[in-house]
Order: sequence, then C-alpha cells, then structure tokens
Amino acid sequence: MIDQQLPSADFEAAYELLAAAIDRVGRERESEFLARLALLLMQFAPDEAAVSAALAAAEVASR
Amino acid sequence: MSRPGSRAHSLYFDYPHFAFVRPPELDGGRPRHTVAVVGAGPVGVTAALELARHGVPVVILDDKATLNDGSRAICIARHSLEGLQQLGVAERFTAKALGWTHGTSYFRGQPVFRLEMPHSADERFHPMVNLQQQYIEQFLVERAQAEPSIEFRWQNRVLDVQAHEQGVEVRIATPQGEYHLTADYLLAADGARSVVRQALGLKLAGAAHEGRYVIVDVKMRSDYPTERRAFFDCPGNPGATVLVHRQPDDIWRIDYQLDEGEDETLALAESTIRTRVAAIIAMLGETAPWELEWWSVYKAYTLCLDDYRHGRVMFCGDAAHLVPIFGVRGLNSGLADALNIGWKLAYVARGFAPERLLDSYTPERRGATLDIFAQAIKSTRFMSPPSRGHRLLRDAALALAVEHAFARRLLDPRQSQPYTYAGSPLSSVDEDGFASGPVVGATLANRRCEDVSFLLDHLGPGFTLLYFSGDGEAPDEVRACSRGLAVGDDAARLVVIARHAAANAPVLLDGDGRLFAVHGAQAGSCYLIRPDRHVCGRWRQWRAGCVERAFERALGGDIL
Repeated sequence: MIDQQLPSADFEAAYELLAAAIDRVGRERESEFLARLALLLMQFAPDEAAVSAALAAAEVASR
Repeated sequence: MSRPGSRAHSLYFDYPHFAFVRPPELDGGRPRHTVAVVGAGPVGVTAALELARHGVPVVILDDKATLNDGSRAICIARHSLEGLQQLGVAERFTAKALGWTHGTSYFRGQPVFRLEMPHSADERFHPMVNLQQQYIEQFLVERAQAEPSIEFRWQNRVLDVQAHEQGVEVRIATPQGEYHLTADYLLAADGARSVVRQALGLKLAGAAHEGRYVIVDVKMRSDYPTERRAFFDCPGNPGATVLVHRQPDDIWRIDYQLDEGEDETLALAESTIRTRVAAIIAMLGETAPWELEWWSVYKAYTLCLDDYRHGRVMFCGDAAHLVPIFGVRGLNSGLADALNIGWKLAYVARGFAPERLLDSYTPERRGATLDIFAQAIKSTRFMSPPSRGHRLLRDAALALAVEHAFARRLLDPRQSQPYTYAGSPLSSVDEDGFASGPVVGATLANRRCEDVSFLLDHLGPGFTLLYFSGDGEAPDEVRACSRGLAVGDDAARLVVIARHAAANAPVLLDGDGRLFAVHGAQAGSCYLIRPDRHVCGRWRQWRAGCVERAFERALGGDIL
C-alpha cells in the first residue's frame, strides 16, 4: 500500500468534498464517476503493487 | 417523554416534591437580588454554586416542583467532574456514576473500531462517567440547599423579563399569584425553550440535521461492562444506527435511528417501541427480562445565540446553544458555561472587576460552541448520513475500517474535550516557548501528586499561582506578588511545586519530577490559573511584573 497518508484534517475535508461530488453527479452516473475518479487517483500511486494492494483491500471490504 | 400506559412513575427513582414557599415580594417586600438564575437544572444550579463559592447570593427560579424527568444527559466528561470537584460535589457523582474508558463500533454485526480514551492511575476521574440527569440534579440541588446564600424558589414560573441599564425586572407567576422580582443580573439557564430568550426577542440561529432518534431507557440486569457501543446497519435496526450506554441502577440507554420516512406518531407508540427495543436487546444477546422506563424522540441541531450576553442578562447551556448528542457535549458544555460566567459575574457583582469582564463570556463560550459545532456536525453526518454520497462513503469507511487504520479515523466519536480559550481577551500571550504543558487558555491537568493528592486539590477558590522551585523556596518577590493577586476576600493561592522539601515553607513535593515534566517547567517557571482552572499566563522563568499584568488582564483590566 501507499505509506504516505493525508493529514487528518485534509482527509476529513476530502471526504466531505467527495460526498458532495457523488451527490452532484447523481445516482445514475455514480458508478461511472467513481470509476473515473479511481483512474485519476491511480496515477498518483507509486507503482502497480500499490494499486494491486488497494484493489485487493477494496474487494475484501466489499464481500 | 412517555412512560408505559399503565405507569406514571419511575421504576427506580423517587422524584422529590419541592414545596412552594411564599416569596416576600407577594407581601409587598421589594428586596433587590444580586443575581437571579432562571432554571434549576444542572447548568443553573452549577452557576449558582460557583457564584456562592465567590460570595454572591443567588435566587434560583424554576417553574417545576421536582427535578427534570425524561430524555436528558447521561455522560459527564472528566473536565466537568473537575469543575464539580471545585464545587465540592464530585464525590457524590463518582460514588454513584459508572466510569468508562472504552467504546466499540460495529458495522453489520462486525466490530470495526475500538475507542480508547486515555486513562491512568495519574488521573483522579474517568474520562467519562454515566449518570442519569435526575441524579446529577439531585446531587447539585442538595449541595446548593446546604448553601445559605442560595435560595430556591420552586413553582415560580417566569412570564416576562425586562432588562434595563441598572438591573433586570422579572414577572413571575406562582400558585399564590404574580409578583415582580428585581435583580442586578440574570442568568438564563432555562433550557432549549428558554422563556428569557423569548422575552428578550432573541432567536437561536443555525441548522437542523438529518436523522431522528428514539431514546429509550430500559431496566434490565446485565453484566456487560460500561462502554459506548455504536451499531451501524445492524440486525437490531437494519440500515440505521443504534447507540447503547449502561447507567446505574440496571438502566440501559438505547438510542435508535428512525427510517427517513417513518411516521413519528406510530414510531412512538408503546407497541412499536416494545417491538423495536426487543429486536435490539436480542441483537445484544441479552436474555434477561426488561422493562421500559421512558422514551422520547430526538433530532440533531446546531443552533446558538449570536451573543450570550445581553446587557445584564447572560445565557448558558441549552438556553444559549443546542448541540447534537453525539460526542456528549450538551451538558458538558453547559457546565463549562456555568463555571465560566460564575466567577466573572461574582467578581463584577461584588465590584472587584469592571463590567467589561463579562464581555469575555461570549468570545470564550460561543467560541467553544462553534468548535463543538464543527466536531458535532462531522459526528452527526457520520451517524446519520444526510445524502446518498455521505451514506456511500460512510459505509465504505466502515467496511474498510476492519482492516485499515486510516478509515478508523473517521469513526472516532470525537468525545467532549475541554476547550482552549485561544485568543481570549483575558489570556496573556504564551510567549516563552514551553515545549509541553497546558497552553495559555487551556485547563490545568489534574495530575496525581506524590502525596496521593491531585493537583486541583491544591487550587484556591480564586486565582492560583503555581511556582516551580528548584530548592523548595519561593523568592520573596514571588510571595509578595502572590499576595497582590487577591480579589476581594478570594486571596490568590501560591502553590510551590518542588523537587525537594523546604525547611520553612510548605511545598507540593514532586520528587520524581512528573509535575515539572507535564508542565514543561524548570526551576523558576510559573503558571497563573483562573478560578475556572484555565491558564491565563505562564512563564518559563519568573519575571517581575509579568504575572501582575496577566492577572490584571484576566480580570478585564487590560482588554483592548
């Protein structure tokens, strides 16, 4: 995984921004929006292993 | 607030009856009171006790003939207990209350977060205790009844308030007729539906938040330890949230969220309550018989007055602000209001400080309210997501929290903390670069001392000067300075903290240097402490004049 973490205040602010963005795009386009966001954020990952680890964690949490 | 149809009384608490006592005003007397407090709830009585501690007589007006009943606060934070200790009533609280340090959050039946509040043998009080509000009120009222300078006027209903430059006129209804009461100052602690606030034409401003919660108290035997339990999307309330707290006398507080479109009348019917509570108790794995004590409904608000002072009328507690229950800040912030305005009003009323000292009440306590709002809005949005976006993210965070610490940060219920009066007009600049210790504006920590007492045991009723000594002696100029910090008959107390005992003067021994360390102190350091335990100045090295100037400023003498 990626070692570097957002500071708590930034993380909480980003959480609110993302919630508001999901609401703006609406339920019908929510999946597309989240997929595009995942791709955009993926470019900031340091390597493929970090992306793989994040994908695995998300899959586990979605079971 | 409702009880089961067949029963009007509590299962476990005998509510006292407070008789009406005919006031002298009904027989033509026109006594002028120094301070009138409206509301004999915990905030009003705490304010009265603090005023009495500083020598000011108080009359408390309340329309009831007993204590408050029903949906009320149960969680008292450590910093509130420290304030109650100064009023001489904390021991009754700790003898009855249930202390707790932990909490667990569950998502779809699985534990996802463990709350651990710092606690050790160096602390006098638990970080949080649970106690029903009627006990809180009983202990405070009984303490106040023993105080000759506090007069209770039960069954006295405030009808109107007229505030003038020279005083306050209150029109009051009693079982034997109406009368007018005159006071120099009035403290409004009459709750969310404050009559005083309405009489002065003032309104709370702010926001209402998503989510309605039914609050139920249940009597049930269980050995489950005292901790906060939060259940998200759980079998006992699918898709919604449940909170469970243990209280004394085998009483359990259950808060459960209603569905968005759920009819409130139907939801509050006794049969519905029994069905919903049974499902939650089954989820908890409890099998003992249980009885309903009472139930009510709750919605979260972040509302406050623009100004907590209107001339000679000051507002405290729910009369000044409404905060969500999540994080247990309602009663705790109300008690902090009472302790803050109590000493200030006492010193002004007795002529020991200028009236502008009261101007510091709003920036300090409304500042605390706005800080609470910022924290409570986050907690409330997590407990009751206001939109689909928030709901999706909240559930994602809960699912990831099982394995990932970063997501657990969002689950922290942000429990009540003492507020630091940073930027208060009463605080001096924290100029000496301490590496640790309570900053200017923060509360003093109640650390255990070597003689098994705690630091707050050594504070005086007025200001306190802590002086850290290398050899157990305090220089003559420090002692002379401390003598000059008296406010009326509230002499400042000098507490000399030393690594070694002195030959001729009492010291608070700190052989292992713990008190030095937690205050970032060296030989010659000093802290000036207000009557409400907040630091108003500190210096790494004693310098002539600094303490005196900070003291003058803390009394409103140097407010820009």
